[in-house]
Amino acid sequence: MPHRTFIFFILPSLLSMILLIAVPIFSAMTQSLFIAHKQVIRVSETCDPFGCKKETSVDAEATSHLREKEPLGVFNGFETYTNRNHLAAAEIKTSWNVATGWKDLFSRIMNLPFYKALAFTITYTFVVTPFVIILGFLIALGTNSLASWLKGPTIFFSLLPMIVTPLIGSLILFWMIDADGIIGSTLQRIFKDNDLSLKASPALTWIMLIVYGIWHSTPFAFIVFYAGLQTVPQETLEASMLDGASLWQQKRYVVIPYLMPLIIFVTLIQLMDNFRVFEPIVGFNASANATSLSWIIFNDLRGEDALQLFGSAAATSMLTIIGVGILLIPVLIMIWKEFNSKTV
Amino acid sequence: MAISPFLWTLWGSFKVQGDFFSKADWANAVYGIQTLAETGSTFTLNGYRNAWIEHEFWLSAINTSIVVFFVVIISLTIGTLGGYALARSGYRYALWLLMLALVFRAMPHITLVSGYLLPFFQWNIWGHLPTTIIVLVAINQPFTLWMLHSFFLNIPKELDESALVDGCNRFQAFRHIIIPVMWPGVITTGLFSFLLAYNDFAVTAMLLSQENQTMVPKIASFLGSTQQEGEVMSAVAAVVSTTLPLFVLVMFFQRQIVSGLTAGAVKG
Repeated sequence: MPHRTFIFFILPSLLSMILLIAVPIFSAMTQSLFIAHKQVIRVSETCDPFGCKKETSVDAEATSHLREKEPLGVFNGFETYTNRNHLAAAEIKTSWNVATGWKDLFSRIMNLPFYKALAFTITYTFVVTPFVIILGFLIALGTNSLASWLKGPTIFFSLLPMIVTPLIGSLILFWMIDADGIIGSTLQRIFKDNDLSLKASPALTWIMLIVYGIWHSTPFAFIVFYAGLQTVPQETLEASMLDGASLWQQKRYVVIPYLMPLIIFVTLIQLMDNFRVFEPIVGFNASANATSLSWIIFNDLRGEDALQLFGSAAATSMLTIIGVGILLIPVLIMIWKEFNSKTV
Repeated sequence: MAISPFLWTLWGSFKVQGDFFSKADWANAVYGIQTLAETGSTFTLNGYRNAWIEHEFWLSAINTSIVVFFVVIISLTIGTLGGYALARSGYRYALWLLMLALVFRAMPHITLVSGYLLPFFQWNIWGHLPTTIIVLVAINQPFTLWMLHSFFLNIPKELDESALVDGCNRFQAFRHIIIPVMWPGVITTGLFSFLLAYNDFAVTAMLLSQENQTMVPKIASFLGSTQQEGEVMSAVAAVVSTTLPLFVLVMFFQRQIVSGLTAGAVKG
């Protein structure tokens, strides 16, 4: 296709992506280097027969005028990155000097908001993904051996957790898990503990969120593996049966290697998507116990008017993008290799 | 396991809070004992009435319909053009563009929102539905391009090449030859665009004002007021109302959804 025609066809799409994806990233990068103007303080002196007094007050008019004139704020360089809400360089250094051991150092670092969010995000990503793969694979194997009239409805029901809005799905589970809800009260009865609440401790909250993540993402893995299972070459399978392989050995030596490209594909996509976890934390109201990188960006942006911390949100955004980039490298390499092997 | 939470919530949405969240006996929610006591019958539409009329959920439903309709149409229009070009290009740079699209797809939406807010405030376009529509179209593009390009790859090149030989230019070939045969792929991609626009929370919550909100951020705003008696049921009713169209969607379009998910993944 001649280049000119190509450009015409792809221009609207490319333009929208550049304007609304690439440019905002640069905008966020710029914003991360600034910090909001501090309020303008005015010192006024009032003198009366008893003596002169100095009074400090906030000059609201000058403050809003300044904020309107220079909306970005004051240039802060990389200070926002190293402040307490982000990489917390100074705090970590003090902790390193003061801590009484690895555990103490660890818990001190966990008190810093960014690292708390990072820890949860990484844990969520690297726990949910393997479970999703394994569970999806098992369900695909199971569905494959169902009677054919059962297959359609099974697929329908299994698709639902993925199709439903993440926020809504997490709300539905949240209401069941609530201390007055069906799962919550049943658990209280089982453990004979009237104060048991899945929302109480960080550990339980993390587990709850991870369970939600697995529930939500397994259908994707299930569908992809199920489709792949339909195309397993029958001859290899039959040859292995003739060679006396048991059912388990068949799976291990024939099916899994055949599905390996799919498994890698799903793993990489899941890693990327789980790193962005955000809606479940809102749905489960879990922000006291578990925060994620995306959530703290949202939190910074949520305030009223002048309380929005653009610079802070932007700095966290940049750090999140770096994290996503690291996870993205294997995907890009994989696609590059495959394209090369196809056209060459 | 997958469906029981939905069924439970659906059944419970017709009860009052005392039953749905009954500490005494979970079977209360099944039989609706409190509901009988409070409203005189075991089913009640109170939750729905509360959400739809008093909290004006119907307004959010209209907003969602507008946003979703335009996002799908615009997304598919520019996406088919782009996907077609990428599929028929034959040059290396098509691959680079696709990989760039993948990088774009990986960006967390809230990060993009943090880039949007300041400029949108400055230019006074924050809080309007068209702004959100364009943003959702753009965020959707990487995924749409990938999906459509892989569908177009499956349409034999000979079809449009014969049109070119007959004297059409590229655009005429696209319009007369490709459009009639591309519908299965377009419908599948349209479904995923629909899902992304319908389910979105990060973008719509931050870019729309209170009056303009679509259904999902509206539900989130219910959560703030759920501590009062009976308010939870509005949220429950709203959740069920929002989920039902999705059920219908999956029921009718199950095959397309499955084929869409596997199109890129399974190499035939």
